Amino acid sequence: MSWHNRVLIVNLTTHESRVEPLNQQWRDDYLGCRGLATRYLMDRMDPAADAMSPDNVLIFATGPLTGTMASTGGRYAVVTKGPLTNAIACSNSGGKFGAELKFAGYDLLILEGRSETPVYLLIQDDSVQVLPATDYWGTTVWHTEESIKTAHQDPQLKVASIGVAGEVGVKYACVVNDLHRAAGRSGVGAVMGSKHVKAIAVRGTHGVPVADAERFMSVVKHTHQLLEDSAGRKDLTDYGTNAMIDTMNAFGGLPTRNFQEVSFEGTDKLNPSAMMEVKENGHQNLITNKACFGCTIGCGRIAHIDKSHWAIRERPQYHHASGGLEYETAFAFGPVIGVDDIDALTFAGYLMNEHGMDPISFGVTLAAAMELFELGIITTEHTDGVALNFGNAEALTIMAEKTGLHEGFGQLLGLGAKRLCEHFGRPELAMVVKGQEFAGYDSRAQQGMGLGYATSNRGACHLKHDVFAEDMADQSGNGKAAPCKHSQDKIAMVDSMGICLFTLAAWDIDELQQQVSVACGDDWTQERLMLTGERIWNLERLFNLRAGLGKADDTLPPRLLETPCPSGVAEGRVAELDIMLPEYYQLRGWSENGSPTEQTLDRLGLGDYRAH
Amino acid sequence: MPKQLILDAAKCTSCVQCELACSLEHEGLFAPAYSRIKVFEFEHGKRNVPYTCTQCDEAWCLHACPTTAISINRELGTKVVDESLCVGCKVCTIACPYGTINYNTRSGKVTKCNLCDGDPKCAEACPTGAITYAMPAGAQS
Repeated sequence: MSWHNRVLIVNLTTHESRVEPLNQQWRDDYLGCRGLATRYLMDRMDPAADAMSPDNVLIFATGPLTGTMASTGGRYAVVTKGPLTNAIACSNSGGKFGAELKFAGYDLLILEGRSETPVYLLIQDDSVQVLPATDYWGTTVWHTEESIKTAHQDPQLKVASIGVAGEVGVKYACVVNDLHRAAGRSGVGAVMGSKHVKAIAVRGTHGVPVADAERFMSVVKHTHQLLEDSAGRKDLTDYGTNAMIDTMNAFGGLPTRNFQEVSFEGTDKLNPSAMMEVKENGHQNLITNKACFGCTIGCGRIAHIDKSHWAIRERPQYHHASGGLEYETAFAFGPVIGVDDIDALTFAGYLMNEHGMDPISFGVTLAAAMELFELGIITTEHTDGVALNFGNAEALTIMAEKTGLHEGFGQLLGLGAKRLCEHFGRPELAMVVKGQEFAGYDSRAQQGMGLGYATSNRGACHLKHDVFAEDMADQSGNGKAAPCKHSQDKIAMVDSMGICLFTLAAWDIDELQQQVSVACGDDWTQERLMLTGERIWNLERLFNLRAGLGKADDTLPPRLLETPCPSGVAEGRVAELDIMLPEYYQLRGWSENGSPTEQTLDRLGLGDYRAH
Repeated sequence: MPKQLILDAAKCTSCVQCELACSLEHEGLFAPAYSRIKVFEFEHGKRNVPYTCTQCDEAWCLHACPTTAISINRELGTKVVDESLCVGCKVCTIACPYGTINYNTRSGKVTKCNLCDGDPKCAEACPTGAITYAMPAGAQS
């Protein structure tokens, strides 16, 4: 129960769709969402295939708690091979799209092949249509979503789509659903674009049953209350994730001007207080908070841009409310490029959602371009006449739009920091792991975070581990490998349930185990859940090894490994990866080369993947 | 005067816990498509509005029903559909100016809010206080 046990497979080459029964063994071994989609991906494609070729497979996956009343139970994952990293890509998103897909009666949606012409999918319960997207191709996410709802006269359709960035293959194009929620990282939107799929529109009325509704509601009442009572939850509700900007700035771990510094003088113009401040003309950036499907936290911000601001004064189409700043957007359009203009940042956020791009990768790529510019390696000759100095807010909004629309210098920015810096002969300036840009935490100030970045299967990412408490308490690399590994396994499991990571503000494995067991009517013990998380992590690793990645890719840029942290609590430290990584491999049961040993594979039930 | 569902759009985050609780109570599964209460989003989520039957005094649905399937529960003030009498003709759905009595394709009958017989699950599920079940301000019980 809580599963439909149905997988919808759409062959884009032939425009045919079919429903297959869900593989129940895999479901029991991998839960759902991230884990289950990874298992299907391994089965259906060669990891060495070109990410942008028809041989890549794009999977939208729900979890056992997606569509239920478990708080935050609306999440879905997009799993594929990512063009930014050439590694496994696994992005998840909230909003309402994921739950609607489940309500339509599908646990997973698998897209294979490539359509000759642009199409969109219209899924209305058992009716699945592949329709021409000629009217939408070349238009924005916002236009597409609204137009599809109008065309089918159904405002309740839930839509996930790509912008022009995804169509033209911006390496970090994302899939945007419900206007401003996104499966953001690793370029999953570019894969969708390579398959010539503009959008997926879903309406579902089948609902989601759970095995034992009475017990489920009794557990859910308890878990809701835990969240209600949690101080961490309250901060997220009241201030959003951007509350982190003051914490990281004071600590000295807020990457600034392409990671040359670790604190930023302008945070008080970008923090939650600034978002709530009423200006002299009466404008207040923040309007309200907003929840995703089923979420009792509501960390999302709804904001608007000051209509008198230069960025939109002459552009009334942006005089409406939309998704506002969160910590990572504030970091990526703020400190890391030295900009402190909250309206310009908010506008850049609109542009990311409208054109379908990952703000983290865009911001850190722009930061690299700004450093190249300040070093004189690139000039206004390259940048369409725009002075790419750190702190130039206009450069932010102009380049965001140029990248989204694939114009001028934006075409180079769309390659990501790694390829941009290689193009100009300075690869060391790209702040990336496996080609993916860092989030807003410096690896020298937070050693466990650095290890997590280096070993994340999808390239630099702050969401696949949680060593935050240990990092804040102790600035050395000692003892960080164990909590890094443990939290990676735990989060792989949480990511496979269909709920949000932020519930961990109040829940631990016990609460997760109760909700999943009662929903599924299956005995998910804590040990089984943790083993499942570890199995998922190792399967992702196996995908990457077969894709040609290895130990050499589990590293950090020289700026973090060699240049001491310039200030803050960790002043003078470098990222101590040389201490942490061997210990981490050992704890994982991997060889010195970073491959799971045969014993490890057997222990995790991955024996079929021995010595490929 | 009986207690009422008091809907405060300013507090709504559009989490749809109300729709989930409603559909579980009345349909036995999580299916917002069949919820008696709906949340409507405006302007990218700037305004989120929960909306259901107001149990209005005029009771247009009741007067329109040709089979007298709709009656008034005096204690709760609710207009209640008797499914054994409803023939699914949908005349009430046309008569209701609020659009809060709807045809249910699962049952072939119409459905509307009945305040869960005095214990509305939507109000219990709402995490922000946007939906409460209380006496209207200034009213006497």
